[in-house]
Formats: sequence, structure tokens, C-alpha cells
Amino acid sequence: MSDTPATRSVDAPQEEATSRLRLVGRRFIRQRLAMLGLVVVALLFALAYLTPLFGPWQYTDLDFNAFLEPPGGSHWFGTTQNGFDVFALTMRGMQKSLVIGLVGALIATALAATVGAFAGYFGGKVNTVLVTLIDLLMVLPAFLIIAILSPSFRGRTWLIFVLLLAAFQWMLTARIVRGMTLSLREREFVLAAKFMGVPGWRIIFRHILPNMASLLIIDATINVSSLILAEVGLSFFGFGVQPPDVSLGSLIGDYAGAALTFPWEFYFPAGFLIVLVLAINLVGDGLRDAFDPNQGSSK
Amino acid sequence: MAGFLLRRLVYLLCLVVISTAAAYILAATQLNPRARYEGRNPPPPAAVVDATLDALNMNDKVPVLTRFRRWVGDLSRGDLGQTVDNQSVNTELGRRMWVSLRLVLVGSILGTLLGVAAGAYGAVKQYRAADRLITVFSFVILSIPVVVLAVLFKNAGIGLNNVLGFTGDTRLLYTTGEMTPGLDPWSWVGIVNRLAHLALPSLVLIVVGTAFYGRYQRNAMLDVLGSDFLRTARAKGLSRTRALIKHGLRTALIPMATFFAYEFALLFVGATFTEKLFGWHGMGEFFVDSVTKNDVNSVAGVTLFVGVLVLLAGFLSDIAYAALDPRVRV
Repeated sequence: MSDTPATRSVDAPQEEATSRLRLVGRRFIRQRLAMLGLVVVALLFALAYLTPLFGPWQYTDLDFNAFLEPPGGSHWFGTTQNGFDVFALTMRGMQKSLVIGLVGALIATALAATVGAFAGYFGGKVNTVLVTLIDLLMVLPAFLIIAILSPSFRGRTWLIFVLLLAAFQWMLTARIVRGMTLSLREREFVLAAKFMGVPGWRIIFRHILPNMASLLIIDATINVSSLILAEVGLSFFGFGVQPPDVSLGSLIGDYAGAALTFPWEFYFPAGFLIVLVLAINLVGDGLRDAFDPNQGSSK
Repeated sequence: MAGFLLRRLVYLLCLVVISTAAAYILAATQLNPRARYEGRNPPPPAAVVDATLDALNMNDKVPVLTRFRRWVGDLSRGDLGQTVDNQSVNTELGRRMWVSLRLVLVGSILGTLLGVAAGAYGAVKQYRAADRLITVFSFVILSIPVVVLAVLFKNAGIGLNNVLGFTGDTRLLYTTGEMTPGLDPWSWVGIVNRLAHLALPSLVLIVVGTAFYGRYQRNAMLDVLGSDFLRTARAKGLSRTRALIKHGLRTALIPMATFFAYEFALLFVGATFTEKLFGWHGMGEFFVDSVTKNDVNSVAGVTLFVGVLVLLAGFLSDIAYAALDPRVRV
């Protein structure tokens, strides 16, 4: 698909490479919706990390004078039945969702790129082993496996949870990367590097993967939103982020029952989640159009 | 072709065996069925607990491999073991898969049909108002987690009941369970009652399905629209609509065959979130509850069940491709 212009940029002089990047950037900026998405993500990021520094309540604070209070006063989004501040909870949850999405997406895409490229470039036994691994992970029900393992990361760092989420997110992309590597490894610039004696792993990281940069960037963006959604699904049932820590998913799970009677407990976290995912998807869509204007996914 | 399919089947079977074994070992080492008895007051004697767990093949004092061997031995006789409540996993699976099917069937079919129709229509009317509307709808729906969507629909249903004055025993829309207990399921009243229970969860599935398939079908249709054979069909005198449906849509459905195969096979697995939120006791609920109840045998049974269905789906999609696309058959 998009590998022809990208390929040219690698063996061409440096300035052409930067001009392509600038071209993509210009195409991205021209898309109003994608820019809106980017601005919203940045704002939510700032909101999630800055307001806890200045806000009147922390997510661990209990206000014994305000149980189930509707929004107003110093509790901007109201309080829960234990006296937790919903605004502070939502911001803390959004921090978790953002970090899980971003870190997980980076891990998943890096894994997909490495495994796919190694399988495609080396072929033979390496290929067989890696492709079997990919197929196996696709057959395993991810939701169930993470749910089973959830007791073992209770009380430990949430990083284990992110790793697990990412571990089940990379297989499809790895397959695509493998297919693209199969055609790239026969190209002159790869063969030239090979005959000069550059080791295989270095060829992969220096010549093959940079040629798929557009695919990988788009994939990482899409991964952010699908990981956030996966986290919500797991935390909803208590298999994800463990108390006392909260995430948007665990908040939605805890307060879904209260949506009718005390709507602020449910609709604030749920609303922020939807806006966040929508914004990230807009950015992803815009990136796809900017890298590959012929595809025209949704304009 | 037959050789290829056979090799593929053997390979997929191996994957299912490995994944089931992995799930069993994982569940047997991570889950703790003993916890069920620890919180009781008065605490049951240790010997009794051990005997009960031994009977269920879930005693953590027995080495994992011994338990696994016993589980495989039972499995070879077609027995998936007992749940923690001493029910047969086989019976439980056999009952719940039909509950899931009854919940999912209508919503899946309607969602798929609507999605395909919307996607194809959107592609034909590219960049017009209708297309933009469908695209925005898909985009927004796919950004909302199903759990949130289900809660929204549930509350909207309750709100509608209240507004229209259905606050007594008879409701316009029900939000929990499959039917009101005590009704004859095949009487007129029973069927209406079932439909009133089915409406909201089906609506969730329809909306999600339409958004998902609409998005993919639109892309597949756009790829076909510019093709030569469509122009030829018009040139030989077919009307625009006939050419679009007979030559356009049918070709654009081929890449979707994989999705359809998986959806068809996974009908029995149900919809975890929708089931849980609307209180249907199907496979999806079994899935979640087996983990929360530390039910090792059920976890393994569910994994095997899902694995076999995924295998079937993969196999089905290979065959569907060969049947639909003559180019694959060479």
C-alpha cells in the first residue's frame, strides 16, 4: 500500500525524508476533526494530571459531611455514598486509562513490529515458531486468561496488568508486518546491506521497520483506544485495576447500578471515557488519511 | 484443496489442545476453590473440605499434573467434570449455550443485515449526507464501550416504562432475565413477555452490529464500485440498482465472509457484557462467574468450548472463501 513513497525516502537524500514528514504533518493539520481530537486528548491529559495538584479533594479523600451529594460546591461532580469526590475519582481514573492506553499501545506495537519482522526476515524455523506463537495467542481467550491471572496482580503494580493487556493485542499487526517484511527483504537496499555484512537484526531495525513507520504509527494510535476499551471491560468485572486504585472502567463498573438514582456517579466517568476514546479515534483516522490520502477511510 | 484443508484442521486442533491445556494449568494454579470454605462459620473440618475438593478434582494439595491427568481422562469419556456447586459442567454448558443463542440470534442477524445494507448504501452515496450520517454513527458507537451502551439502553428502557406508566407488574420493556417466571413459555402471553425481555438487549446488539459491519462493508463496497466488471454489467444493459446489487454487493460481501463465519460460530458464546447487564444466564455470564467463583473445571470447559468454536469458525471461513471466490480454488 503505502510502502512505495516510504521506501524511496530511505535511500534518498535526507532532505526528502524530512519533506515527506512535513507533508504528512501538513495533511494532518489540514483535517479539522483530527486536530480537534488531538487538542481534546491534550486537554484531557492536562486535566487528568494537573487538577489533582490544585483540586480541593484527592481521590482517596473521604468527606464525611457529604454523602451522595449532587454536583455543586467544592464537589464539582458530586460525591459517592462513602463520601469520595467524583471529580477526583474521574481524574484519577482518566490518568490510569491514559497511561494504560499509551504504555500498552507502545508495548503492543513494538512487540508486533519485532516479532513480525523477525518472522518475515529470517524465515525457516524462526518463522515457524513465531507464527505458531501468534496463532496460539489468537486462539487463547484473552479476557479469560487475564481474568484468571487477576488475583495474582492484586496488590502489585498495575504495570503487570498493562503488560498482560498488551500481550494479547499485537498478533494481528504482527501478521501484517510479517507479510510486508517478506516483500521488503527482497528489495535492493536490504540486499545491499545484507551483502555488506550487516547483521540481520540491525537490518530489521535500520531498514525494514522504518519503511513501515506509517503502518506502525497508525497501529499504535488504534491500539491506544482499543486498550482503553479492553481495560474498561475487564475492570468492569473487577478483573482489571484493583482497589484502592481506580480506573474509568472500575468506576463505571462500580456505579453502573446507580446510573438512574445518582446519575452523576456514572455519567461523569462514562462521559469522559467516551470523549477520550472518540478523540483518540479521530486522531487515528486523521493519521491514516494523512499517511495514505488515497485510501480515504472517512472524510 | 482437500489436503490443504485437512492440514489446516490438524494444525488448528493442535492449537486448541495446547490452549485448553494452558488454560487448565493456569486456572488450576491461580484460582483457589478452597477459599469458598475458608470464610464459613463455623469452619468445616479440614478433612471434609479436602474430601469435597478431591471429589471435584480441585484439591490444591494434589499436584497440578495429577489433577490435569484426571481431567483429561474424564474428558476422553466426554465428561468435563463438576462445577464448584457440584453440577455437571456438561449440563451447564448444554443449557447455557441455548440461552446465549436465544439472546444473540435476533440481534446478530438484524445487526449484520442492517450493517451490510447501511455500509453498501453509504458507499454508493459516498460523501453525501446519508453517507456522512452513517459514518458518524459508526464512529461514535464504536467509541463507546458495550458496557456503557448497555447501561444507557437499560436506563432508557426503564425511563420509557415510567413515562408510559408501566410501573406495575406488567412492563412494556423488561430489563432483567429471559422471561417472567411462572409463565407458560409457549402461550401467547409467554411469547409477548419473552419479546419484551428480548427487545433491549437485542437493540444493543443491533446498534453495535450495524456500526461494526457498516464500517467494513462500506470499505469493501468502495473497493468494488470502481471496478471494470460493474461498468460491463451496466454496459450490457442492467439497470443501476440491479448491477449494484447483483454484481457490486455480492462481490463486496466476499471479504466479509470471515466476519460472518466467526459471528455464526460464536453465536453460542453469546455476548458477555450484554448478558451480564441484562441478567441472562448464558455462556457469557458463565465465563465471568467461573473465574469469580474459582471454578477450575468450568474455566477449562469454557475455554475448550470457545476454542472448538473458534476452530470451526476458522475452518468455516476457509471453506466459505473457497466457495465464494473461484480464484482461491485453483
